[in-house]
Amino acid sequence: MARIGVFVCHCGTNIAGVVNIQKVVEAVQLLPGVVYVADERYTCSDVGQTSITQAIKEHQLNRLVVAACSPRMHEATFRQAVARAGLNPYLLEIANIREQCSWVHSKEKEEATEKAIELIKMAVAKVSRDEPLFPRKVGLTKRALVIGGGIAGIQAALDIASAGIETVLVEREPTIGGRMAQLDKTFPTLDCSSCILTPKMVEASHHPNIRLMTYSEVKAVRGFVGNFEVDILKRARKVDESKCTSCGICWQKCPEKVPAEFDRELGKRSAIYLSFPQAVPNKPVIDLPHCRYIKFQEWQKNPQGKKPMECRICEKLCPPQAVDWSQQDEMVTEKFGAIVVATGFQTFDPTGYGEYGYGRYPDVITGLEMERMLSASGPTGGEVRRPSDGEHPKTVVFISCVGSRDEKVGRPYCSKICCMYMAKQSIMLKEHDPEIQSYIFYIDIRAAGKGYEEFSRRAQEEAGTLYLRGRISQIYRQGGKLMVMGEDSLIGRQVEIAADLVVLAAGVEPATGAKELAQTLHISYDQYGFMNEAHPKLKPVETNTDGIYLAGACVSPKDIPDAVANGGAAAAKAMGLLSQESLVTDPMVASVDPMKCISCFMCQEVCPFHAVDKQKLRDGREVAVINESLCKGCGLCVASCRPGAINLRGFTNQQLLEEVTSLWR
Amino acid sequence: MANRAFAYYPGCSLHHGVAKEYDVSSRLTCRALGVELREIEGWTCCGATSVHLSSRLLAAALPARNLALVGKMGLPMALACAMCFSRHRYALHEMEDASMREKVAGALGDGVPADVEVRHLLQILDGVDIKASRSLDGLKVACYYGCLLVRPLEVTGFDDEENPQAMDRLLASVGAQPLDWGLKTACCGAGMGLPRQDMVLRLTGRILRQAVAEGADCLAVACPMCHYNLDSYQKAIGGGLNLPVLYFTQLLGLALGFSPHELRLDKHLVDTGPLLRSRGLV
Repeated sequence: MARIGVFVCHCGTNIAGVVNIQKVVEAVQLLPGVVYVADERYTCSDVGQTSITQAIKEHQLNRLVVAACSPRMHEATFRQAVARAGLNPYLLEIANIREQCSWVHSKEKEEATEKAIELIKMAVAKVSRDEPLFPRKVGLTKRALVIGGGIAGIQAALDIASAGIETVLVEREPTIGGRMAQLDKTFPTLDCSSCILTPKMVEASHHPNIRLMTYSEVKAVRGFVGNFEVDILKRARKVDESKCTSCGICWQKCPEKVPAEFDRELGKRSAIYLSFPQAVPNKPVIDLPHCRYIKFQEWQKNPQGKKPMECRICEKLCPPQAVDWSQQDEMVTEKFGAIVVATGFQTFDPTGYGEYGYGRYPDVITGLEMERMLSASGPTGGEVRRPSDGEHPKTVVFISCVGSRDEKVGRPYCSKICCMYMAKQSIMLKEHDPEIQSYIFYIDIRAAGKGYEEFSRRAQEEAGTLYLRGRISQIYRQGGKLMVMGEDSLIGRQVEIAADLVVLAAGVEPATGAKELAQTLHISYDQYGFMNEAHPKLKPVETNTDGIYLAGACVSPKDIPDAVANGGAAAAKAMGLLSQESLVTDPMVASVDPMKCISCFMCQEVCPFHAVDKQKLRDGREVAVINESLCKGCGLCVASCRPGAINLRGFTNQQLLEEVTSLWR
Repeated sequence: MANRAFAYYPGCSLHHGVAKEYDVSSRLTCRALGVELREIEGWTCCGATSVHLSSRLLAAALPARNLALVGKMGLPMALACAMCFSRHRYALHEMEDASMREKVAGALGDGVPADVEVRHLLQILDGVDIKASRSLDGLKVACYYGCLLVRPLEVTGFDDEENPQAMDRLLASVGAQPLDWGLKTACCGAGMGLPRQDMVLRLTGRILRQAVAEGADCLAVACPMCHYNLDSYQKAIGGGLNLPVLYFTQLLGLALGFSPHELRLDKHLVDTGPLLRSRGLV
């Protein structure tokens, strides 16, 4: 016999301000099976929870309904309270009389009270059919995967590995380091970016618990928290890393030169190349589409056009004979308990802004291109030169918010880092050549961060950078100069500056392929392709998929300190998960009654989680069976099952029917 | 190429004389290229610069009246004047809003067809197979589009707003060498010549000097207002400016073999004679 207790929560005035609690209590007392009703100011508080446990014990309650906020908010809290009283925690139902009642009916108090009573009536009906459920324990793989080898990914990998957990760091580029490796100096301290990054890169490569997989990509992910199975494509470098000594002969002698991606195509690299001198691993890779020998091989298969040179110069000159043409792309499958996604960002392509002429005028460059020029290991050896004629610029104009805070190009958000990197670059330019005068056209100066405002002032006061508030309407070439036409909106006058070089502060957007990776991982992303946190404030590094965490600029634009802190936070979450001996699974999953199953396997077709398997019975029949570890309890199979053989535990057909029919009893 | 017919709207400037040469050269070149221009009977002023500043309804209703006439002809509409083109496209754009459409219909006392196609000559001639009887032979043309022809894109519906190409393509197809220059869409000062001549001199001066600096032999335009400003203020600007300013249809007409007289090249204030003679185009 069900002995049901009901707790009606005031939630301060959130519920009690609209719903007449006294009336609700009186009505609920008359419901069948209800033996105890109480109301609490804050049921979720310590006091409220204690009254729940006491009531269960004192009144021998074996079912409980809490009428309060959404189950998303406190279902777990109340289950714990029920469990503390020795009752199975799944013999609890929540009637949501806040989000689905008082908050949305604040002007119709009487109707809201009636609705609250009906909602509780339904919960009471359902709870009478509840059955005890028991979570299962499953084992977990104590290994972590970090996707993306930028500063956030490196930090996450180092922190997880230092806790004694084996970690694989996957990076699709030939080297780790990410965007930070491309930078010259970092704001606001003007630390040399590579000087502070490369030690971490080397540490990651030497760490006994970290395995680097560069030039590799995650292609498929199966399984669930604690037990992921990941297919990783290792692309062939065509260089035997164990033999290569990085002597450099191959990339110096390779005759094929192509624009260097790492230098934002301001310089050239050879077809066999090292992205930059401090690359980790410090081994070259052969860029197959550009390699002459590969082109020759293709010509041999399909002789069309002029016969290319056979080349193979790298192979002939390599002292340890490390060039290995037999290497092929390889798919490896690895098991992990937790995954950290740190795929970072790329800069916005400003070609769409026709008025700035990027792509048409070589002396209009992006901030990242300026970084490469400022960098001592960059294409110009650290000298700032105009791409058009190699001259040293004297007047440099920066334009902020290119691909940020602009609805027109579908980028309404602030990219966060640009104000600071423009200030930094203007300071660096002054240091390179005191005759350089920089102008920064801004909308607002956003310098929130430790030492940021001071740094921004330093650009103005020490480097003499002139900040002009306004947008640029047009840039056109006149003689050797770029005429920058704009507005100084503080004095309401048009300005025209004859610049030698224009730097567009191109904004931040998710790295290419981030959306596809998110789909592979079954995690959500926003309209721009940034991955979604489970909660923007309280769960900033978690996703809605257990066991998958986020770090760095794949979530939103972030500067280096934020990305590092994020990497550490994601690592802490992964470590917390992997420190457990086993995981508890949610028992609210589907189950098949094999006697009713007619083997149509419609359930298998509709299941988005591939949780339905086939099972052969002793009588020879093949029936559906649910893999409880994969099932998320969505209920699609239940709805699709024609003979009604499938039930969702916690939401059985009997429970739902009871709930609905209670409304007209 | 098969004949294509359009309902032609000359507009006041082309009709009443200021830009008669634009009208004449447009009709000549179109006829030669198999594009039939049938003048709309009973067309009226589009409202030009002044009306949209005083009444939003009137600014939509005036062009809408013409659109209704075009609708009855059952042809797409062709315009040469950039301003008239802009006003008619704006009217269509405004009437995408149902309540505005209703008000306009009320003002006209008649329905307004929704599906009139409004096109500029540049759009119509872009991609037409042109058999030039003589090549413009590397003539360095600075194509000038002005403010209204290609902006804003959601209204005009053609070409690149910041670096338009239609006129460049068209003139390149008859042998000219269009310049890649930066002031294709910079403002010429428009109708401010009377109240603020100083400003118009500054703006036109900038455009003309920039074209000269880029090595232009002449400017090609598609707007009577721009033409007026760029052609007639050169002496006032000073600095020895002497850059011929031609309608693109006149340059096209030269390539098609029409004589300067037929194309009314004598109507410009900056003498086009020396340029044409030096290039053997006369």
